[in-house]
Amino acid sequence: MTGYLPIAVMILIGAGLPLVAFGVSMLLAPRKPEPLKYTSYECGVEPTGGVRERFSIRYYVIAVLFVIFDVETIFLFPWAVRYRVLGWFGFVEMALFIGVLVLGYAYAWKKGALEWA
Amino acid sequence: MELLVFSILAGLALAGAIGVILARNPVYSALGLLLGLSAVAGLFVVLWAEFIAVVQLMVYAGGVLVLFLFVIMLVDLEQRGLDTDAGRIGPQPSPGWRVAAAMLGILFTVFVGALLLQEPAREVPGAGALDAVLRGGGGGGALGNLEHVGQLLYTSYLVPFELASVLLLVAMIGAVVLAHRER
Repeated sequence: MTGYLPIAVMILIGAGLPLVAFGVSMLLAPRKPEPLKYTSYECGVEPTGGVRERFSIRYYVIAVLFVIFDVETIFLFPWAVRYRVLGWFGFVEMALFIGVLVLGYAYAWKKGALEWA
Repeated sequence: MELLVFSILAGLALAGAIGVILARNPVYSALGLLLGLSAVAGLFVVLWAEFIAVVQLMVYAGGVLVLFLFVIMLVDLEQRGLDTDAGRIGPQPSPGWRVAAAMLGILFTVFVGALLLQEPAREVPGAGALDAVLRGGGGGGALGNLEHVGQLLYTSYLVPFELASVLLLVAMIGAVVLAHRER
């Protein structure tokens, strides 16, 4: 498991860096709260309503399609590393697999599920 | 060393799981789930199942969690009163329900424990090859974890692999039929 030591170190640094940064700024920064300081300043317009807007269900279809193609990619990895050994047999196998998924993709496309606006 | 890493990861996984049920804000629950899923990915690495660990991160932490967050954003939290204390806590379950839930939890734990103690390792074609890799300390043999999975999946388990594509197709069409609104 020694090969994972760099990853563990990276996770520790990645988790530690924001903690240290926030901690130091919390300890050192002077704090003089004023109502004006808590107004939004990004674009100069006062926000109206909450941030918890209800999202359109249309985006959910796109999220589901993302997960499905995510899983498809997972199947591609072990196939790719064994491609030379599996040869044409493996190629036909994967072509079938992707072919079936392309059917679903074409269906989603035709139904307009990928239309953004 | 292995015990130490396992303990840290198991602790993180439990902390994430507890965070899921204790967090008042659903988005924090989802983040707790992210912690739990990532810790489980680490546990897979401890088991030398590196491929499964990557799948865990890519599909569960990366994909399924996004779905959960989408569901949280699709539900109008303000309208459901989920952003107020009363709404979040909801109607209190009666004592009978609490007892039933506790009994079910204990029963489930006993079942899983009994299965783990009794079930002998079933003979699965190709399991010996994988087992050798795992016992060899991962990457010890000529082939790595990923190569073994590839070799087995695309030869011995060809039919389940192709059926998986049909399953994904059904999921895709189902999602479009159920959630897509024609305009």
